[in-house]
Amino acid sequence: METILEIEHMSVFFTQYERGIRRRILPVIRDLTLSVGAGQIVAVVGASGSGKSLLAHGILGILPYNSHVEGTIRYAGELLTPERSAELRGREIALIPQGVNYLDPLMKIGPQLTKGSREEKVHRRTRRALERYGLGRETAEMYPFELSGGMARRVLIASAVTGTPRLIIADEPTPGLDAKAAERILGHFRELADEGAGILFITHDLELALTVADQVAVFYAGETIEAAPAEDFSDVSRLRHPFTKALWHAMPEHGFNPISGAQPYPDEKAHGCPFAGQCSECMSDCRETDRIPLREFRGGMVRCLYPGEETVL
Amino acid sequence: MKHRLQFTGKKLIRMALLLLGVSIVTFLLMCASPLDPLQTNVGQVALGSMSPEQVERLEAYWGTETPAVQRYLGWLGDVLHGDMGTSLLYRQPVLTVIGQRLAGSVLLLTAAWVFSGVLGLILGVTVGVFRGRWPDRLIRGYCLLISSTPTFWLAILLLLIFSVWLGWFPIGLSVPVGVAADAVTFGDRLRHAVLPALTLSITGVANIALHTREKMIDVLESDYILFARARGESEASVVLRHGLRNVSLPAITLQFASVSEIIGGSVLVEQVFSYPGLGQAAVTAGLGSDLPLLLGITVVTSAIVFAGNLIADLLYGAADPRIRRGAARE
Amino acid sequence: MKSYGNGTEYNGKGKNRRKSTILFLAAAVVILGAVTVSGIFLEGTATETDFSRTNLAPGAGGLFGTDWMGRDMFARTLAGLSLSIRIGIVTAAVSAVIALLAGTAAATLGRKADAVISWCIDLVMGIPHILLVMLISIACGRGFAGVVAGVALSHWPSLARVIRGEVIQLRQAPYILVAEKLGASKLQNVRRHMLPHLLPQFLTGLILLFPHAILHEASVTFLGFGLSSEQPAIGVILSESMQYLTTGRWWLALFPGLALVLAVVLFALLGERLRQLMDPSSVHE
Repeated sequence: METILEIEHMSVFFTQYERGIRRRILPVIRDLTLSVGAGQIVAVVGASGSGKSLLAHGILGILPYNSHVEGTIRYAGELLTPERSAELRGREIALIPQGVNYLDPLMKIGPQLTKGSREEKVHRRTRRALERYGLGRETAEMYPFELSGGMARRVLIASAVTGTPRLIIADEPTPGLDAKAAERILGHFRELADEGAGILFITHDLELALTVADQVAVFYAGETIEAAPAEDFSDVSRLRHPFTKALWHAMPEHGFNPISGAQPYPDEKAHGCPFAGQCSECMSDCRETDRIPLREFRGGMVRCLYPGEETVL
Repeated sequence: MKHRLQFTGKKLIRMALLLLGVSIVTFLLMCASPLDPLQTNVGQVALGSMSPEQVERLEAYWGTETPAVQRYLGWLGDVLHGDMGTSLLYRQPVLTVIGQRLAGSVLLLTAAWVFSGVLGLILGVTVGVFRGRWPDRLIRGYCLLISSTPTFWLAILLLLIFSVWLGWFPIGLSVPVGVAADAVTFGDRLRHAVLPALTLSITGVANIALHTREKMIDVLESDYILFARARGESEASVVLRHGLRNVSLPAITLQFASVSEIIGGSVLVEQVFSYPGLGQAAVTAGLGSDLPLLLGITVVTSAIVFAGNLIADLLYGAADPRIRRGAARE
Repeated sequence: MKSYGNGTEYNGKGKNRRKSTILFLAAAVVILGAVTVSGIFLEGTATETDFSRTNLAPGAGGLFGTDWMGRDMFARTLAGLSLSIRIGIVTAAVSAVIALLAGTAAATLGRKADAVISWCIDLVMGIPHILLVMLISIACGRGFAGVVAGVALSHWPSLARVIRGEVIQLRQAPYILVAEKLGASKLQNVRRHMLPHLLPQFLTGLILLFPHAILHEASVTFLGFGLSSEQPAIGVILSESMQYLTTGRWWLALFPGLALVLAVVLFALLGERLRQLMDPSSVHE
């Protein structure tokens, strides 16, 4: 299997001002490592505010001006420089955003998808992309506010296939949809993956992610703390990080046990493991060891000093 | 369509009520004034040459014997018959004076309005795109400086530079002195209007550019711009196709809201350049306690401002597909 | 790779714009304060005539020259500026209080009150500003009282709109609704939850009113509806200078106007910077 996207030690920083005059540089993503193969769906699961969307924007090279990225991103084996991502986005790398407010409210769907091109080829591709998701010609003549929730979602997916995507980044593509509608949308992703695209599926919903993903990367406070094959989630003892286990226990079919406490803000953590405050397995050296590395463990990756210990709930 | 008509009708009624309010407030302010127009103007040529009936009618309006309410209702009744009273200073019907003066100002006002609107939009959009970099700082600095400059002083400065030192433009008046009215060419008028119009434009641009900049920055930070970038649209395409389109709606409102400011500015500018327009007439009427004229000018300028707001609302409805198509469906 | 254990360790590196903002604010306040105070002391000098030193250009006739009565233009300018600033502060404060009352009343006293107040706001905004100031000034018989009343009573609508919107938003904020459910009294709610949010908005709104108030005072005085010609007001100085423009006495118009512009720029910057400091959305700038 060809690796489409390979991210190593990626960090994203923001410059901010707080309380009057203090200036600081905020790491919103730290030391993220992740890879997506062709035909694979990799879910990135994390709570809102854990920096997931910025991962998508970082890959696409569209982060705001007060941020900078460190680490390496490779696309199809080659370094993804800002120039290269500018070249590829919209053609080979596509973003599927959350909802209808990602469409220009004052422009008809057709011209938005064709990006103002006059070429007949582009128009034909766009028509075909819309048809593929059951959207007729009249859709192109509509304004975003005239679309229903489901239609808007299909338009956004269609926008990805107007190019020839090899990497699709879906950023929370199903909020507000009921389980059935969400599954139908995810079915479209599976289809695209089967056609050979690599899909990075960013979500806060582990349950939903498991219905479709091959690999799951768990995000916590801007770090990947575990990368595991989806089938590991069938048995909690195969999971590695205490947070992943806590997430597993929080799923409805596993007892709905909520995790106590909250994720630290990116800057609150000064020392030790970021999860230390919520971890039931926390040892004294967890609070002192800085920058615990991500390491191979039982066929996956984990960022923990004592991975795989039994959680007693 | 029915919906749009209803909307327009409602707006028109509101506008009429506001105008009524403006006239009442202005009237009350004048009643409160210790400066009695008849006293101030007694013995003046204006009053002396009036017929006794005219003076009588004036007293009915402005004399202190008649209660204010009755005086106001008398005025309102006449206005509804197309009569705004007689100007004390100009010895002519108020409407005639306003008509003449407005005709003089119209060239000035329109030129400044169009110029400041177009240039303000272009500058605002450009600066919004270059946010934080030197074009942004330069133009923001200009806007700050201009909005901190009294319009009349800017007018004096331009007069000093271009008329007194360089001698490029005449010192004042909308037509050359001593030339018969029908001998005045359009070129003459233009030459006399250039500096006043320039002053008004320079001031107007600052405000429109600053507000457009804010809107442009909001638009550029929106999700749909992010998605347009993510889909590989070039920066130029993002700005021209999405940015301009979305900034055009608030720009309509902004442009028509600036009418009030331009009229206000013209009061000062016409005074400095002795340009015989509506603004100068307002100052003369105010200083000479020509209350019928001042009341008339206030009502007419307010009507222009409200009409501007109404046009902005209607244009907005026609330009925004959410309103246009939303209404068509009902 | 750089170490980034703690975000705050980047403090002090690079240019910190916020620190320079605080410095700027302090400097602006000191300068404006000095102008205001020195202007009060110079009022006597400003009206002193010396017919042996009339119509002198800057240099021979002091920093700003002298006028046709031999009065020192520098003293006149400072005195005028001081007067303008004092009037500006008083009128802006009155306008801001009216705005606060009208805005909160519109937002809290029910739909009818809201409709009436919004109608009043539209009405006041419908009359060109300078015309309204003129009208109110005439109603008060012109002069000092006229211009102060005119400026104070005409600058509130836009700030009132802002405050109305802000209060409406606050009233619907979940945490306020919860506090109400928990039995907090209206007054408690206003004091504990609403004021801390409104106060910064109000203060910056107030400071941003200064420039407008000062400019309108000068304009109305210039037109002859404001301060009387005996007072050393900038509007009076500039109005008088108009008669001498063609005879080449440019300094009568140039320096007093320039000084006024500088003072207003300082006020405008003061308000703008303060707004940025208090506005949480500007953390990235």
